Amino acid sequence: MSADARHLTGHGQDTHDSHAHSSGGHGTVQSYMTGFVLSVILTVIPFWLVMGNVLDNSLVTTLVILALGGVQMVVHIVYFLHMNTKSEGGWTFLALIFTIMVVVIMLAGSVWVMYHLNHNMMPMDAHDVMNNAR
Amino acid sequence: MFANLDLQQLLFGRFTIEQIPYHEPILQATFAGVAVVGLAVLGVITYYRFWGPMWRDWITSIDHKKIGIMYCIFAAVMLLRGFADAMLMRSQQAVAFGDEQGFLPPHHYDQIFTAHGMIMIFFVAMPFVTGMMNFAVPLQIGARDVAFPFLNNFSFWMTVAGGMVVMVSLFVGEFSRATWLAYPPLSGAAMSPGVGVDYYIWALQIAGIGTLLSGINLIATIVKMRAPGMTMMKLPIFVWSSLCTNILIVAAFPILTAVLAMLSLDRYVGTHFFTNDLGGNAMLYFNLIWIWGHPEVYILILPAFGIFSEITSTFCGKRLFGYTSMVYALVVITILAYLVWLHHFFTMGSGADVNSFFGITTMIISIPTGAKIFNWMFTMYRGRIRFEVPMLWVVAFIVTFVIGGMTGVLLAVPPADFVLHNSLFLIAHFHNVIIGGVLFGMFAGVTFWFPKAFGFKLDEFWGKVALVFWVTGFYVAFMPLYVLGLMGVTRRMQHFDDPSLQIWFVIAAIGAVLIACGIASQVVMFVVSIRNRDKLRDLTGDPWGGRTLEWSTSSPPPDYNFAFTPVVHDSDAWWDMKNRGFARPMTGYKPIHMPKNTAAGAILAGLNFVFGIAMIWYVWWLAALSFVAIFVVAIAHSFNYNRDYYIPADTVSRTEGQRTRELEMA
Repeated sequence: MSADARHLTGHGQDTHDSHAHSSGGHGTVQSYMTGFVLSVILTVIPFWLVMGNVLDNSLVTTLVILALGGVQMVVHIVYFLHMNTKSEGGWTFLALIFTIMVVVIMLAGSVWVMYHLNHNMMPMDAHDVMNNAR
Repeated sequence: MFANLDLQQLLFGRFTIEQIPYHEPILQATFAGVAVVGLAVLGVITYYRFWGPMWRDWITSIDHKKIGIMYCIFAAVMLLRGFADAMLMRSQQAVAFGDEQGFLPPHHYDQIFTAHGMIMIFFVAMPFVTGMMNFAVPLQIGARDVAFPFLNNFSFWMTVAGGMVVMVSLFVGEFSRATWLAYPPLSGAAMSPGVGVDYYIWALQIAGIGTLLSGINLIATIVKMRAPGMTMMKLPIFVWSSLCTNILIVAAFPILTAVLAMLSLDRYVGTHFFTNDLGGNAMLYFNLIWIWGHPEVYILILPAFGIFSEITSTFCGKRLFGYTSMVYALVVITILAYLVWLHHFFTMGSGADVNSFFGITTMIISIPTGAKIFNWMFTMYRGRIRFEVPMLWVVAFIVTFVIGGMTGVLLAVPPADFVLHNSLFLIAHFHNVIIGGVLFGMFAGVTFWFPKAFGFKLDEFWGKVALVFWVTGFYVAFMPLYVLGLMGVTRRMQHFDDPSLQIWFVIAAIGAVLIACGIASQVVMFVVSIRNRDKLRDLTGDPWGGRTLEWSTSSPPPDYNFAFTPVVHDSDAWWDMKNRGFARPMTGYKPIHMPKNTAAGAILAGLNFVFGIAMIWYVWWLAALSFVAIFVVAIAHSFNYNRDYYIPADTVSRTEGQRTRELEMA
């Protein structure tokens, strides 16, 4: 327990020296260029997939594009928003993890709940009513 | 086209003079009462020439201590309003049987239970909790203020503006009749065409901004402004509970805002998010609002848990038992709070799989809560317990909350919930945990920190009288509701046919009268304490033998809280400092950098109030005007560079010298 408590708390005790800790607060030219090139590549591939009709199956194309979109988000967060596990003594990363967790719980949970509700509460049309009456 | 333009409608929207309910005797009497009391207060303020100091030292103040105190005063005032609603409901239900219709017609009764629920949660419990955190958190972590002092003032006045919107609905127009969570389709435009639901929506939207901002503010404060040496596992437990609460606030309140925004769109521009036709789904509203609503329950109770923990260890003269397990319990509750929301609508029809999942998570969340109860009891075990008023509230809490918690676990079983859903059993359950947990916690906290805030203790005798009335009143008022709920009596009824039920409602009404005596005793307690303040004066700044840093400074603390930022070596930092023979540094004071008071927060909140009222009454020109004004003032405030000042070293030296003399006298 004490190990990860220390991990959370090693930094940020004093407002005045917080700048010293926020390693990766500003990127370098190299990191921005890496991010830029990666995001261009990740943008070009979906266009190429769609315009060149590369894959026959449109479902597979959709899934590949969605996956690349996910990777794109990670690239932006890491290279442009400077997310790493160290900035602000780990608090930024912790906040990101917590946010992702809560959003996933809420969206997945809502879809699950509402799907089951719709399934169970299917509006009865005249045909069903007649079937049930018999 | 212009010939049809109705000037009155253009100027006043849908407001007409008939909207003022001057024909209802109950409201007339209330209005007369409010007017008399209001005029008396204004008269007193004028007589004592308090307007200037009030503006300079309180309304524009960005001192976290004063804002915390104002939050608590606001909550206490709104408690009186919410309790008046409760008395009306209890007396109506005690008499309205058979042919007797009681004194409240259904449309009025429905407004009252809606207002009661909404006010008690949003404008009593929330400001109380926020006030406690505002007052105590910076002091406990050795900080001079919160991270964003202006934002703090703005948050407070937004909360007040929201409360004022609700209060206006009492005398202009009507309030919502659609229950405290405004479930559609009842709250939709078709079923509730009047202004009531709009009052509800705008009050919550305005106050919600304040709550969210103060949540961000306190998280930043706790994460960034702890005294050197205060690692997370050395934080006072109240600060931990505040951190968890504010994380819940920041993650949950945007959902409420979004849901209410969708409801407003349904009502104002005819979208169909929650209507029964054109693809809308009212059940989605239940789902979304309870994703906010369940974390809200923990937002209210966690700070109370923190207060109980501080008081238990202080009055037992012991370190809190199981500090680490307490912290982990808090964090686990913070996460599990997002996994249980469906237990509020097991009966909606999501089926056995979904219901059993949420039933099990609900039962799991009672485990960390139970661990906390044991931690408090083991702290008391073999402690030198001093049964002063705050500690008595803790004991009352432990007993009451365990009963409430167990009925909660009962309701977590989906088949049982199908029987008890929407019954008075549920009402008894949540009052059991909110009164027995949150409210007792706040009363304990007020008694505990009052000497810190004002420099004198509260009268002990009247504190005990209030406690006895509140505790017995609570049991007499709500145990009958458990009985009625098990018989299947549903909530929100204005009239009953079965006369055999009446006796239970009469008992509950007697309980409400006892609680009224409790509130009256509390008023007496404040009056008596203020009159005897010299006798109750505390010069040490540490009247209870405290353990955390707030007790290391004077009572009331100076504007800058600590002349020197304390260095922390142990949890229970002040206890540790006292044991190591800490000596106050008497020299070497430096000028202290402080934020300056500003009126911008109060002005912005006032404009938001006007905007809310204009939107409620469809006065579009005023809405547009005040909306633009909000932005103009906000932008203008951002150009105000004159925001800080230095307290000169001389002043600090004089203040600390005064403290030295007081310590010698004590």
